Amino acid sequence: MVVFEKPHALTDVPMHYCPGCLHGIVHRLVAEVIDELGIEGKTIGIAPVGCSVMAYNYFNCDMIEAAHGRAPAVATGVKRADPENHIVFTYQGDGDLASIGMAETVHAAARNENITVIFINNAIYGMTGGQMAPTSLPGQVTQTSPYGRDPKLCGYPVRVCEMLSELEGPEYLERVTVADVKNVRNAKKAIKKAFQNQIDGKGFSLIEVVSTCPTNWGMTPQKAIDWLKENMLAYYPLGVYKDRSAAKEEAK
Amino acid sequence: MADKVLMKGNEAIAEAAIIAGCRHYFGYPITPQTEIAAYMAKKMPKIGGVFLQAESEIAAINMVYGVASAGKRVMTSSSSPGVSLKGEGLSYLAGADLPSLIVNVQRGGPGLGGIQPSQSDYFQATRGGGHGDYHMIVLAPASVQEMAELTIKGFELADTYRMTSMILADGTMGQMMEPVALDLKVNPAPEKPWATTGTKLQREHNIINSLSLIPEELEKFNFDRYERYKIVEEKETMYEEYMMEDADICVTAFGIAARVSKNAVDEARKRGIKAGMIRPITLWPFPVAPFAKAADKVKEFISVELSMGQMIEDVKLATSCKRPVTLCNRAGGMIPDPEQVLRAIEAAAKNGGVR
Repeated sequence: MVVFEKPHALTDVPMHYCPGCLHGIVHRLVAEVIDELGIEGKTIGIAPVGCSVMAYNYFNCDMIEAAHGRAPAVATGVKRADPENHIVFTYQGDGDLASIGMAETVHAAARNENITVIFINNAIYGMTGGQMAPTSLPGQVTQTSPYGRDPKLCGYPVRVCEMLSELEGPEYLERVTVADVKNVRNAKKAIKKAFQNQIDGKGFSLIEVVSTCPTNWGMTPQKAIDWLKENMLAYYPLGVYKDRSAAKEEAK
Repeated sequence: MADKVLMKGNEAIAEAAIIAGCRHYFGYPITPQTEIAAYMAKKMPKIGGVFLQAESEIAAINMVYGVASAGKRVMTSSSSPGVSLKGEGLSYLAGADLPSLIVNVQRGGPGLGGIQPSQSDYFQATRGGGHGDYHMIVLAPASVQEMAELTIKGFELADTYRMTSMILADGTMGQMMEPVALDLKVNPAPEKPWATTGTKLQREHNIINSLSLIPEELEKFNFDRYERYKIVEEKETMYEEYMMEDADICVTAFGIAARVSKNAVDEARKRGIKAGMIRPITLWPFPVAPFAKAADKVKEFISVELSMGQMIEDVKLATSCKRPVTLCNRAGGMIPDPEQVLRAIEAAAKNGGVR
């Protein structure tokens, strides 16, 4: 008897991610949600530039590879090409979404574009070999901040959920992590809600997933999880930053 | 004959795009092409289409990328500085073999430049505009009627060859008003089985992509793409010849420069100089054949341009430098008048091709 299967929305292609990388977990969560909502046939995913650039090989739905940071603009086009029949999600890292693509992110949120954004924040540029990201922590050592990120020199990390929560536009913003089982389950709930919101026509939902990069952090996977919990979650607190529909319900 | 409507060039492009079945337009305000956006903003909501003012030209071209991926006719328009911003997107569109229509109503540059007409984006347009090996089909209208007709042609060619078509106009073409006949025939978009419209669980997933990390594979994509370009060169090159049968002096120009040059050619004929004109309508593919033919007969070529001399390089290549090619130009938003072109024709006639 089969008790554990690969979600249908994932292909059988072996993933290229490093040992201990959490992308695999988040891919699986997204795929499980697509399966459970029965939307694979109408879903179009947008892959970023960065470690998850080849996500187009891993999801069974139609996929588009966007230019660096432009996924929310591409998603806008795909969604508006056929709003009734397209479910559109982007899958982006911190460099892609919060640095080069910040304008596209903010404006898609401001327009309350009816799309779902999965944002992986691991505080580093992984694919290019570990450079300072817009979300790298103060003091964090990377290839381009070899003496530790100095806020006097290059400013402070960007808290995306907090920033976007000031906008009138977006429907739903939540920060989760996949650092342990309890949080994985919570992350899945958030991702499911982000897709359900789109199905219900509620608008822009972004789920920020606080994640690790054992390879470029120079840590074992377990050590990286510990570092995430001690340092990342202190700067990036988990929680719901905006939920317009829930707020409306409460107001009643 | 059909009724004609008095329209600005920019409006003719917008109306023709709607006639061509384009229901998605994304743009960002920039002079002198903003009438296109204004027209679309008014019309699209009334016909079930989408007009969206993007946060930047970069976002606009990527929205185009999204709609093109979904298999629908889509366009954006801008002017020179804005088209530079679209360069990244143009390269990705080419790399992913997506059809779309881009309009550049050129203004003087470089930098912020000015807002008056120019043709100084010729290199950018005919050489692709972004990084990597690729071409766009570049169409150069010389009347408001052609602004409309070439817009439709642009959509059709884009779909046929899975390429980007660019309308390379200029501020004059965009702003001037002429009567236009809009009873235009359109070939509907072909089936696009490659488009990402959802698998409906009926087929393997489609992937729109320009990444290939295996050099042998990427090389093959490039060679295959250029095979396709060869067919475009063979089948789709367009030009107009004017009084070239017995011409000694060949003026060449496109867009507004061709309008000016035609007057100068007429005047030169009145003065007994056998002048003629070749007007490229496709700038890529460049009409090499008529130039190669003319190079065996005419004494001198004159390239009339609103730039510091860009198309002149293609004229020299097309004529294998068999005869002298001189430049008659204005730049920075200035337009040569027929007098200037006439003087260049007279000087060429006097030199008799000896420079």
